[in-house]
This record gives sequence, C-alpha cells and structure tokens, in this order.
Amino acid sequence: MTFLPKPKLHHPKLAENGLGFTRRDYEGSISTLCAGCGHDSISAAIIHACFELDLPPHRIAKLSGIGCSSKTPTYFLGNSHGFNSVHGRMPSVLTGANLANRDLIYLGVSGDGDSASIGFGQFAHSIRRGVNMTYIVENNGVYGLTKGQFSATADKGAKSKKGVANNDEAIDLVAVALQLGATYVGRSFSGDKAQLIPLIKGALAHKGAAFIDCLSPCVTFNNHEGSTKSFDYVREHNAAVNFLDVIEGREEITADYPAGSVEIVRQHDGSLLKLRKLANDYDATDRIAAMNFLQQHHARGEIVTGLLYVDGESGDMHDLLGTAQHPLNGMNDDMLCPGSAALEKLNASLR
Amino acid sequence: MSQLQAVNDFVVKFANVNGSGSASANKLFAQSILRMGVTATPRNIFPSNIQGLPTWYEVRISEKGYMGARGGTDLMVAMNPQTWDQDIKSIVPGGYLFYDSTRVIPPSKFRADVNVIGVPLTAICNAQYTLSRERQLFKNIIYVGALSALLDIDPDAIKGLLAEQFRGRDKLIQANYNALELGRDYALKNLACPIGLTVRRADQIGDRILFEGNAAAGLGAVYGGATVCAWYPITPSTSLAEGFTKYCEKFRKDKETGEKRYAIIQAEDELASIGMVIGAGWNGARAFTATSGPGISLMQEFLGLAYFAEIPAVLFDVQRAGPSTGMPTRTQQCDVLSAAYASHGDTKHILLFPEDPNECFVMGAQAFDLADRLQTPVFVMLDLDIGMNDRLCAPFKWDDTKRMDRGKVMTAAELDAGRDFGRYLDVDGDGIPYRTYPGTHPTKGSFFTRGTSRDRYARYTEEGAAYQDNMERLLKKFRTAATIVPPAIRRDAKDATKLGAIYFGSTAPAMDEAIDMLAATGIAIDALRIRAFPFGAEVETFIEEHDQVFVVEQNRDAQMRTLLINELEINPKKLQRVLHYDGSPITASFIAGAIEDTAASLKIVPLRKAVS
Ligand SMILES: Cc1ncc(C[n+]2csc(CCOP(=O)(O)OP(=O)(O)O)c2C)c(N)n1
Ligand code: SF4
Ligand SMILES: [Mg+2]
Repeated sequence: MTFLPKPKLHHPKLAENGLGFTRRDYEGSISTLCAGCGHDSISAAIIHACFELDLPPHRIAKLSGIGCSSKTPTYFLGNSHGFNSVHGRMPSVLTGANLANRDLIYLGVSGDGDSASIGFGQFAHSIRRGVNMTYIVENNGVYGLTKGQFSATADKGAKSKKGVANNDEAIDLVAVALQLGATYVGRSFSGDKAQLIPLIKGALAHKGAAFIDCLSPCVTFNNHEGSTKSFDYVREHNAAVNFLDVIEGREEITADYPAGSVEIVRQHDGSLLKLRKLANDYDATDRIAAMNFLQQHHARGEIVTGLLYVDGESGDMHDLLGTAQHPLNGMNDDMLCPGSAALEKLNASLR
Repeated sequence: MSQLQAVNDFVVKFANVNGSGSASANKLFAQSILRMGVTATPRNIFPSNIQGLPTWYEVRISEKGYMGARGGTDLMVAMNPQTWDQDIKSIVPGGYLFYDSTRVIPPSKFRADVNVIGVPLTAICNAQYTLSRERQLFKNIIYVGALSALLDIDPDAIKGLLAEQFRGRDKLIQANYNALELGRDYALKNLACPIGLTVRRADQIGDRILFEGNAAAGLGAVYGGATVCAWYPITPSTSLAEGFTKYCEKFRKDKETGEKRYAIIQAEDELASIGMVIGAGWNGARAFTATSGPGISLMQEFLGLAYFAEIPAVLFDVQRAGPSTGMPTRTQQCDVLSAAYASHGDTKHILLFPEDPNECFVMGAQAFDLADRLQTPVFVMLDLDIGMNDRLCAPFKWDDTKRMDRGKVMTAAELDAGRDFGRYLDVDGDGIPYRTYPGTHPTKGSFFTRGTSRDRYARYTEEGAAYQDNMERLLKKFRTAATIVPPAIRRDAKDATKLGAIYFGSTAPAMDEAIDMLAATGIAIDALRIRAFPFGAEVETFIEEHDQVFVVEQNRDAQMRTLLINELEINPKKLQRVLHYDGSPITASFIAGAIEDTAASLKIVPLRKAVS
C-alpha cells in the first residue's frame, strides 16, 4: 500500500477558523515517515499555522526537493497544489512558480542535504533574489532518505550512528540567509511547537524571502549519543532569544509591557509580530547585530533559536523586477501579443 | 595576371579587429547590395580565443539568390595586420586584395596571383580628422566608400541607408556622407574602377527582410505569449534572451505605469534556468530558456522531470560545436540526440528545426502552443549560423485572430460541474490528460506533481502496472505529437528519381544550391526538409519511396540519421551519411561533392548519361 487517504469524517465539535474550515481541511494523507521523526511535528505545525491564519488551502502552493523532509508536503494541505521536484532544486522551481503567479502563497520545504549540500547554490540565490516565500529547512544533519550519511549541516566532530566523526565544517543556513539578505530569518526546533507555530505564521505573513531553519531530529539515523542534532542535544543547547506572537489584522496592542521586554514589528500585510524578549541584548531588527550574536553564541556551543531577524518594510522579487500586479499566468492575448500592425512596422525597418 | 570577372556573384570577406566599429560599416556594405535588389548574405566569423580578437565578416553576393556559405574569398578587405598572412592565403587565384597602404608592406607579404588594391586609409583619415574615435569610425566608412567605387555599388543606396540609420541627426548624416565621398573620390581618381567584380541592379529581393535568427526567436516568444524567461549567458544563445528583453521592453511595458507584463531572470546556472521555467510552466505561465549544448547537458535531470510530470517548457538550443567547450563560436547541429532523448530513463522530446529567421519567429511562437497542448518540453533547435547572423528571409506575418492554445486546462466551473479530474487520465484517447493550475478551486482539482510514479489520479504508487500504464500513455501522447508538429517539406526533382536527400535547419540554403549543382551534372534528387521531431508519416513515406537517401547534417556522428533509423526502423544501409562538422557552415559544393562521390561508389548512373 503506497497511498493512504485519511478518512474525511468531520467531527462535529472540531473548531472552525474564520473561513469555516477545520484543522482537518489543512491536513494531507497519512505520513509514511518513521514514527517519531521530527519532520512530522513540523508538518503538524504548518497545518496549525495555516489554520490559524485563515489561509484558503488552495491559495497555497507547496514545493519541495527530494528527501524524507521533501516528502512531507504530501502529509499536509491536501487541497493545495504540491510539487515534489528534484533533489536540491526546489528553490528554482518555486522561483519560477512565483514569477508565474504572484498572488499565491509559496511554501518551500527542504532538507539540510537538499538545501545545504546539493542545493546550496539554489538556496542562496533564491534568498538573494528576495523571492516571496516561506522556506523551511527540516534540519537533521543527515541524509535520512539515503540512510544516514552526513549532510553539510552536520557539526564538525559530530558522530554518526556507526561512530565515525564528521571532519568538515558545518554550514549554518541561518548565518548564510542573514548574509544574503533574507528579510525574515528564524530558527526553531521540531520539538518546540509553541515556538515553531508562530514563527511559521510570521513567515507566511511576511513579504519577501522568509527562511526558517528547523532542527528536526532523525530518530532512525541521528538521534544517538554523540550526535549534535538529537532531541536531547538540541534541548540542552537551545538558547531562545525571544518568543513570538503573531497578531493578525490592524488591531492595536493595548497591554502595557515593561520597557525593553517586548518589541512590536508591523509587517507589510498589516500583521503585527509581538516579540517577547528572552535575551535582553537581542534586537531582531538589526541584521548585523544578529549576525554577531549568532556567531558569538555559536562559538559557545549554543543553538540560538527564535525570530532572529525581521525587516517589516521588506519588498520582494516582483518589486525589484517591476512586474505587473496582474499575475503573468492570467494574461490574455491582448495583454501579451503586439499584433500584426507592430510586426508590419518592424518589417518595414528591416528592408 | 588574371583578374577574376563576375557580376553579382562573388564573395567579399572583411578581416577586422574586434571593437574597431567595423560591424556597422560592414553591415552597411551588405545592405547596400540588398538595396540594389541583389542577394547578399553576411556571416560573422569570430574565434573565441585568439589574441588581438580578430573578427571576419563574409558577404556572399549571388545573382541566383543562393544564401548558403560558398567557401573561398574573391575580394579580401584586409584590415587586421595580425591575420594578414592567413587572410592573403584564403584569396582565390585571380582574386583581389584591398588593404590600407599607408604603411609600406614588403612585397614578400603579397601573392603574385592576387590583384592588389591599396588605399591609404589611415593617411586619408588622419588628414581629415583629429579625434581618435572619429578616425577609427570614419576609416570604416571610407573603405565602404572606396569599395562602392571599385565594385560599382550605387552610392545613393548607401546614403539612403545612412540617412535612415541616423534619422534626425543631420550633422551625423552629413559627416558620414563626407567620409563616404572621401573613399569614393580616392578610388575614382587613383584606381581603375570598377574592378572585375561588380554589382548590377536587379530585382531579387521583393518584400524580404534582413534579420538575425536569435532576435527573431526572441520576438517569436513575445508573440507566442511567453511571460517568463530564465537564462544563463552562453554563446551563441545570449542574443536570443537579449532579443526577448528588447521586444518586451518595446511591446510589453505599460506606457503609463511602467509595469512589465513579463519577467526575465538571469539565473545562477542552467539548472536554475530550467527549474524556473518548469516552475512557471507548472503554474500556468508560458516560460522558456535559451541556451546551447553545455546548458542542455546541465538540464538533463530536470528535463526528465518535465517529461514525466508533464510540464510545458520551451527551450531554445542555439547549437555550437561540441563536445565540452568544443569550438564555442563555431556552428554545428550536434545536439540532435542529446535533446531528443534528454535525461535518464525512457524519454523523448519534441524538437523543432527552423531553417531561417522567419521560421525562428514562427516556431519561436508556435513552440509555446505545442508545449501547452502536449504538456511537455519543446526544443527549438537553432544553431550559430542562423542564430547569430543576419539573413534575408520572408517578412514576419501574424494572424490577429489567432489565440494562444493553452491546451487541456480544467477550470473551476468545469470542476464544479462535476467533471472527473484525474491529472494523468487519458479522457480523449490522444494520451493528453487535463491539468489544473494551482489555486483554481478551494476543494477540487488539486494534485501533487512529482517525478516518482503515480496512478492516473496522481496518487503515489510503486505498482508496476500503474507505472507501465503511464509510460504507455506518454508514448501515445508522443504519437499524437507527430500529427500536430510542423510536417516535413518535400520538394521533388523535375525528373523521377530514386535518390532522396533529407536535411534540416541551417543546411537549407546550401542544400537548395546543391540540388541545382547536382541537377547540372545530371543527378536528380528529391529533397525532404525535416522541421520537427517526432517525425510525421511523410518522412517514412519519403524514405520508402527512394532507394538511397542522403542524410545531410552538420555533426560527426550522423545524429539525425541515427534518430531516423531508431524511430522509424529504417534499414541503415539505405541512409547515406553526408556530414560536415569542421565548425564552418556547410556549403553547397561540399554537399554536391559528397553526394556525387557516394552516387559514383554506389554505381548510380546519372540520369542524363543513362538516357544518352
Ligand atoms: C541527483 C540526486 N542525487 C542523489 C539522490 C539521492 N538522495 C535522495 S534524498 C537524499 C538526501 C536527502 O537529505 P535531506 O535533504 O537532508 O533530507 P532528509 O531525508 O534528511 O529529510 C539523497 C542524497 C537524488 N534523489 N538525486
Ligand atoms: S529516516 Fe530519519 S528523517 Fe527519514 S523519516 Fe526516518 S526519522 Fe525521519
Ligand atoms: Mg536531512
């Protein structure tokens, strides 16, 4: 059995969102990943975030590369079009899709092998271009699907299940995304729903390249002693800088907060990001400070999580290109074809 | 010494230094001949990797209207000291050498059997102009002036062109006229004008236009409704994306808001280019990339995905000599097989073969209809010879009643009406399923696109039967394609013959001439120009009706012949190779010679001899 449809029995008591949809309307078919795989928790968080944001499921396009992580779009948003492309190349496919129709919401799901190894170039260039998307890397430090080889995010010195140490330097995708101009950068942990769901919500509401590095332990190949991507290791070394709340609509924040403890960022679509600070010296709107903070804490062996950077005024690829507001895929002959008269004029100039 | 004598039938070659502003002067020369109603066919020759950056511009003038390369040079305009020796060598005996005689060149540097025409271009220029940029630019116009006197070209034809080129800038027009007259005066006063080679007014051109194949294909993409272009620079395809950009800016930019009804991305590599094209095609936009052989190699994995997941995509492959970097600025038709069977696994792709800029335009637009109709990648196979040269061709035409054929796209209304939607379901028996654009309907018609096997309703499956069912449907779709792609064009000889020739793409003008050459020696041959793959029934019929068929192509391994043998199960013995692949454009004399030789070795008696 290779396809497992979920019974679509609606429980009468299931809560509905603003569009009258229940959580079930955002689900996909049953996951075939290993029981306990971190990736499944991220799928659940995506479902939760989309439900809470009242997003019409069919207006979301979900794209991925190849890997266990890249399989997950089958397991959420069953009413959305999905595209499981080729290994490491989701960013270009997503970029093209976005060029074709700027009105949909684009969700790219990838793995650390997919984005930091084979697809490092495409990851980087999609960020540089400011593609309006939510790009989530489900980061387990290994190639789960091909049975546990190290990926490029594996930490130097980390041990494989067979006890072999990784000698190569790790790529920190968050650091790279910051350097390449991502306008929304977060890191989280599949085991921390409370932190992850609002991070995804903020990213979906963000205009521009939103990147989330989500540590997501591979229970089968990378959850042992000596791994730096195991549940235990990540929990012990997690250093959250803030706690995010995404508030929709234009309602004002009324409650009083002690000075310096809360930061409010208004995004393009009017959504408000309320950041409750955990690290007092952290300013999520200062890219350079964020990069420094990240490096310093990395040197101490800490895994910095939270909303690490956001630019509330960000634009996207279409703004840079000057593309028409009307989606390109919906343009008709009159909008696209210059017609015979223009051609006659051109002919006359070529004789 | 003998002096070559010819009216409207000779080859002039300009040897220049790149960046000396010679390109526009040389084009002016070619256009002035066209304005006199005589066929002139220019070709750029530009090595990619030689110091001093020499470039050559060859103009073939043909009373009979032949536009293929001829080979040999009758008049060499030697403006590049670095290539002097090689240039002198290429002149035919009795031909002419035109050079700048300001500096004395030792007699040993000339050839005894070549007529030498010295014009002190630098001296004339320096006496007249002081600014170095002026000196450089007008020197080119001065030699055009001198050549016009030597070849009896109507100066008014040149002046007319200059006036059009610099319309509204009267000072510049006058300055160019002056330079032109400087050259003419010198030649008329000091040299025997005209020489043995002359241009005589004729009426061969009609309403034809002079245009570059790459720009024509880019223009075709604009007319074809392409909105997304993702590309990575590579010779000789770059000017295609640039052409698209130019015509989009002209025709697709909102006059008031400046909003663009197109998006062009210079991607980070060819993998990203084709990835973007596939993403855009999946999402319902018409998208294309322009590249050459090395780019096609990089795109292989993605092309298998597009074939298997059935996503429209258009690729312009402007072919150059491979393998690897090969001869990057030389022409070949060497990607036929790598495009036809691109990617791993069982794949087949649609190929179109334009013969000239007009067909680059037509097929450049049509490719998008075919890609949408067939939901698969479509390759438009240009080559450097058509892509990067100006060529005389029929004027562009467009039918304003024509509408884009978006193929089988199911709408929200159809879904609501309860139509069964299976993404890979063959409802019409032509192998082509329906698709939906993402975002069409809140609860119906969504599906998952993947490169892994699935059933007719796009559900993942590893069942062999379902996989095979899908692969068979893809074959059926390919058979449908054979009935809607542009058919091959057949031209039979006047006399009945059992000899046939198959050719395609940029070989066309040389083939036309070769047929005449062969006819003159008594060899009658029927010709078939293939315009697309998969082959229509007419191709098989043509081969069946002939005893021997020559397959003329510009690559080493007879790739089109292989494709014919493989796809139509032709007896290989029946298909004779005629292969030209040194990187220069194929010539009529090469084709005629090769066919004559083979015909002789096969003991095929020329018709006339058989009769007499
Ligand atoms: C071109 C290509 N090379 C290799 C593979 C094999 N492959 C499939 S998934 C994968 C690694 C996936 O790792 P990651 O992106 O980290 O995903 P995970 O399974 O860990 O979630 C590899 C190497 C492939 N599918 N395509
Ligand atoms: S192999 Fe690892 S990554 Fe893949 S499904 Fe199992 S636990 Fe998850
Ligand atoms: Mg992984």
